[in-house]
Order: sequence, then structure tokens, then C-alpha cells
Amino acid sequence: MSDKNMEKDAITGVETTGHEWDGIKELNNPAPRWWLIVLLISIIWAVGYWVVYPAWPTLSGDGERGGTKGSYGWTQYQQLKESQAEIVARKAAYLDRFNNADFDQIKADPELYAFAVAGGTSAFKDNCATCHGTGGSGSAGYPNLLDDDWLWGGDVDTIHETIRVGVRFTHDESRISEMPAFGGMLSEDEIGHIADYVLSFTGEAYDGPGKALYEDQCAACHADNGTGGRDFGAPNLADAIWFYGNSKGDIMSQIRRPKHGVMPAWEHRLDESTIRQLAIYVHSLGGGEN
Amino acid sequence: MNMLAEKPNYNDDIVKLFTIASVFWGVVGFAVGVFIALQMAYPALNFGEYLTFGRLRPLHTSAVIFAFGGNVLFATSYYSVQRTCRTRLWGDGWSKFTFWGYQLFIVIAALGYVTGVTQGKEYAEPEWYADLWLTLVWVAYLIVFLMTLKNRKEPHIYVANWFFLGFIVTVAVLHLVNNISIPTSLLGAKSYPMWGGVQAAMIQWWYGHNAVGFFLTAGFLGIMYYFVPKRAGRPVYSYRLSILHFWSLIFMYIWAGPHHLHYTALPDWAQTLGMTFSIMLWMPSWGGMINGMMTLSGAWHKLREDPVLKFMIISLAFYGMSTFEGPLMSIKEVNALSHYTDWTIGHVHSGALGWVAFISFGAIYFLVPKLWGRKELYSLKLVNTHLWISTIGIVLYIASMWVSGIMEGLMWRSYDSMGFLEYSFVETVMAKHPLYLIRALGGVLFLAGAFIMVYNVIKTIRGDAVPASSLKSEEAAHA
Repeated sequence: MSDKNMEKDAITGVETTGHEWDGIKELNNPAPRWWLIVLLISIIWAVGYWVVYPAWPTLSGDGERGGTKGSYGWTQYQQLKESQAEIVARKAAYLDRFNNADFDQIKADPELYAFAVAGGTSAFKDNCATCHGTGGSGSAGYPNLLDDDWLWGGDVDTIHETIRVGVRFTHDESRISEMPAFGGMLSEDEIGHIADYVLSFTGEAYDGPGKALYEDQCAACHADNGTGGRDFGAPNLADAIWFYGNSKGDIMSQIRRPKHGVMPAWEHRLDESTIRQLAIYVHSLGGGEN
Repeated sequence: MNMLAEKPNYNDDIVKLFTIASVFWGVVGFAVGVFIALQMAYPALNFGEYLTFGRLRPLHTSAVIFAFGGNVLFATSYYSVQRTCRTRLWGDGWSKFTFWGYQLFIVIAALGYVTGVTQGKEYAEPEWYADLWLTLVWVAYLIVFLMTLKNRKEPHIYVANWFFLGFIVTVAVLHLVNNISIPTSLLGAKSYPMWGGVQAAMIQWWYGHNAVGFFLTAGFLGIMYYFVPKRAGRPVYSYRLSILHFWSLIFMYIWAGPHHLHYTALPDWAQTLGMTFSIMLWMPSWGGMINGMMTLSGAWHKLREDPVLKFMIISLAFYGMSTFEGPLMSIKEVNALSHYTDWTIGHVHSGALGWVAFISFGAIYFLVPKLWGRKELYSLKLVNTHLWISTIGIVLYIASMWVSGIMEGLMWRSYDSMGFLEYSFVETVMAKHPLYLIRALGGVLFLAGAFIMVYNVIKTIRGDAVPASSLKSEEAAHA
């Protein structure tokens, strides 16, 4: 390539390498100097990085998970711990006080109450919102937590207990209630009569065979006037709030073959402190009882 | 010295087939991309089990990478290797087998995706039977390419062919190692991979990153090294740079995979190696951009006049941008923010749409008139329209994904003053909705550009008259 007679490119005046393929020639320009310098710097930087960080596997398989340790002693687990430390410290400013206070004390202390609601909001959106909605308004089959209609009770302690043990879940103390399926036990006509009567709690007056059937079959749990029973988690039928639909057909279907929702128990999934924050948050949504 | 040599009887029929297949699969792949982008914005568009996002997403990635990109690589490598070796492509029957065999592979793979048959490895989803078939096709490709090189009438092997050969050989190795698996029965589709746990993850991303490095980079640099100097009518800028960046690129790329597994069960040392090699890869990648762009030195005016050349040079600009962004994102601290976010999707598409697709469009526009014996394309004006509509589409795509990715990355790690997570996952999804719409619009524009290309290609093949308005710019481009 140092041939003095080498062909020169007419436009740039640069020598070609003398090769040609299908009319394509190559200029004999050097690689740009800045390109070489940056390449070299990146290689030197990499070698330096290998010294201070874990970088190469060791032949013996010893060392930090089979590799060199690096002079900084850095590991990803250490980095995680350090970056979490600051967050943990922010919480720690309140956590001890919060854990040692009962619900009444927390409610009386604006700072602790704000802490509980903030923690509850955060935990709710990540754990509960999937079923109950980000705002807690629920949807068909998933209770609305904003109203004052409670299946198991709406004071802070009861809410806490529901979150802790879940509903119809595998937890030993889980809240269990199961309405029997009346399809087969009662005729379709009878089921229709009961539905008519149930609708009359919140609608037009009804005078028919449904009343007697209801009192016979349903009142034990749902009460004579339909207001339900929190001891068994029996829904209030007289408040115009419907879990599985408000048409006669919906109600008949629920009598015939009831649907039963399941809520997981959060004990062991979330720590006690978080469950308490959740209880206070849910209680604060609007329907909290004393 | 070659001027007097007789022009061999090149096998252009096979190149025609691959060119048509490229255009066809390109449109299919882009269209599926637009559809799944809309599914991200409107989940109600997931119809039935066969058309859910989970099944269409691998259909999109495979259609654009392997069906579109792969057919472009076959077409361009078969076209240029004959000319740079001044010999007919070896083995007419063999090359025909690579065409029909490769299309069959694409169809087999696609049918598997929509019916839920997958080994669940990104960019390597096809099950064992499809993998075995592809291996046969690929070995035939290697043999055709090597035999043509062996029969060459030129003393030296041109740089484009180094890149094509590097791509063919390495993709074979990657494909074989990552897909080693044991079928549960000879007549069943299901298999279990040989590797497990973190080893499987490491091998998968060694494969995955080098699918980018060797399929979408080395192969397409081969295209660049033939088609840019050819179209510009200028010599390659620097022979020495081409040697340096070829060997450094090949050597560095193969190590970079672990940067896909930062902050995982992969040992720290392996993460560091992947990251440092990714940083060292920056300049080797840029070598190709420099050599391509500087090839225009002394002929920059052609860029103003020739939209086909514009496609090629803009592709190099996107290549330079995404190969800077890549090393940046491989840095642990940056990756801690960018990983698992839409930033990654944006990064991939700046490379895939900007670099891979644009250099392919340039090559297709170069090839079609040559293959079908036309003086020039039906309309260079339409090429220009295609160029700008697609460029706007790409900019919308990558800008929206940058915003979306960085936003969700920041939202995920945001804590309030009391130490609680500020946002839930679903809130990040809701915040991304408008950006998903912009992304889909970008995709629609890109797809619209591809339809313009289809029209132009069909008109050119049929030999329809060139409109008078395009004639002027055409003459200027070849002055």
C-alpha cells in the first residue's frame, strides 16, 4: 500500500488501496484519530472498572459468587440495602410510635393519623385495588368500601380483622359464611316469590306468598326486616345496595345458586403495621363506624 | 483492472424472490406491530385466544426481524456477493432451497405463535421442530455463501462479505446453543430446554443480544458496505477503519449480553463484564457509521438529490444514535432506571425502524430497478414521501417511548416523605396511555410509508412510465 504509483481519488486526492470490486474502491484514509482515542479510553476505563468491581470468574470458583471481589467490595445486595436505608429511615421516624399506639391514640394524633393514611393508601393501591378499585369503589361482586354498608362490620377493629383473616380463605380464623343453594330445595315459583318479597324492602309494597317463605327460609340470617346479620356476614337486603345485581332475575339466581366471593387473608403477606395502616385507611374512606 | 472482464451470468432470479418476500413480510410485520401497539392502548382489542397480545407480540418481532430482516439479508447478500466476487451464485438448487425453506420456517413459526406453541425464549420462541428445520436452511445458506466466495474471480474478499460471513456463522452458533432442548415426544411440539435457572437466562441473553449484534448489526453493515458506496458512486472512506471496526465489533459484541440481566440472580462479575464490554463496543459500532457517512465525502450534494441515498444515510444516523444509547443503557445505574420500562422498547425501535428498516428500504429501492431491468424506480418523489412520513413516524415512536419509559421508571421508584411508595403499578399504566396513542400513531405513519413503497415497487416491476416530474430528479441523481 506504500506503492508510490497508487491510484488517487480525483475528488479527495486520497490514495486508494488499489482494490476494486464491482466498481467499488477503498480509500486508504487512516481511522480517525479521535475514534482511536475514544476506543482506547473506553478500554482503559473498562480495565480500571474490573479492578474496583467484581468482574472476572475465578478459576477456583471462589470469591464473590465465583468471581473476583473488586477493591470497592461492592455487591448488588449491598447497594440495594444502602439505597433502601434512606427510605427505611423516613419510615422509622414514625413507625415505633405508630406500633405502640392503639387506634384511638392514632386517631387523636394528626401526625400518626396522616402516616397511617399515607401508608394505607400506598398498600391499598398495590394489594387491594385489583378487586376493590384504586379508589375503593369496588365493582360487581367486589364490595364498595366508600359506603356505610358493611358485611362484617365497619369499625376499625373489625376492618382490621377482616383484612387479617380474609373471607372464605384458607386462614384458620377466616371469616366464613355460606348461603345454601335453594335451587332444588324450593321450586322456581317459590324462588320467584321470595325475590319479589326481597325487592319489596326497598320498592313497592308486596303482599303474597313470598313473605312467609322468606321468614321461613331466609330471615334466620337476613333478619325479618331484611337488614342482614353481620355475625354471619349476611348482606343487608333493605338498603338498595346490591352485590350481584338488582333485577328479579339477579336475585333469583343468587337464591338458586349463590355466588360467594373470596378475599385473601393478609396476615403473613403484609406485616402487622401495614395491615393496621390499611384498616385505618379503609375506615377513613367514608363509611367508617365507631 | 476488472473493466474488461466479461460480466458473469449472475443469478438474479433468487434475489428477485427474496426481494419480493422482504417487501411482503415487511408490511405484515409492521401491520402486526401497529395492531399490538393499539392493544397496549386499548386492551379490549384482544380478541379470542389466538389474537391476544401475548401471542401476537412474538409474531410481530419474528415477522420484522426474521421474516422482513432475514429476507432482506438473503436478497442483499446474494446480490452483492456475486458482484463483489464476479461469479455466479453457487448452487442454483441450494439457493432455491434456502428461499422456500426459509419461507416455510417463517410460516411454521408463525402458526406456532398464534396457537400458543412456544418455548418462551424471547426472539427464539419457535419450538424444536422449527429450530431443526431452520438449522438445515441456515447450513445451506452458509454453503452457498462460502462456495461463492471460493469461486470468486477477485483476489480479495470485499468487506461487505466479511460482515455477511460473520453474521451467518455467528447466528448459526447462537441458534444452536440457545435452542438445545429435549422434546417430550417425537410427535409432540413440547420440549424442555437443556439449560436451567440463571444459566438459561445467561445463554438466552447471550443469544438475544447477539441476535441484535450479528443479525441486525453485522448483517446490515454488510448491506451498508455494498449499497452505500454503490449508490453514492464513491469509494469506501477508509479501508483501515473497516478492518479495525470489523474485528473489534465481532470481538466485543459477543460479551455484551449480560447487560440484559443487571440486578438479577446473575453473579455481579458477569454483570460487570457485560456492562464494560458494552461500553467498549461504542466505538467499534460507530466505525461503521463513520465509514458509511464519510463515504459521501466529495459527494454530499447527492444527498440532496437522491432520496434512496437519503434513506441509507439517515439509517446510519439512527444506527449511530442507537449504538450510543445502547452502551449508555448498559451502565448499571442507568439500567436501574431504564430496565423493564418502555425506554427499552424505544431503544430497540430506534435501531430497528431507523437503522435496520431504513437501510433495507434503501437497498430495496436500489435493487428493484436493477433486478427488473428498469432505468430507475417508478417514482423517486414517492421514495421521498416514504422517507419523510416514516421518519416522522420513527420520531413519534421513540420520543413517546422515551417519555413513557423514563416516566414509569421514575414513578416505580418514587417514595413519599414518610417512606411509602408513591404510585401503584396501575397508575403508571394509566399515565402511559396518551404516550401509547402517540406510539401507535408513529407506527401507523411508518406502515403508511411501507404501503407507498409497495406501490412504487409494483409500478417499477410492471415497468409503468415514470412521471415527468420524477425524471428531472432522477437525471440529477445520476449526473
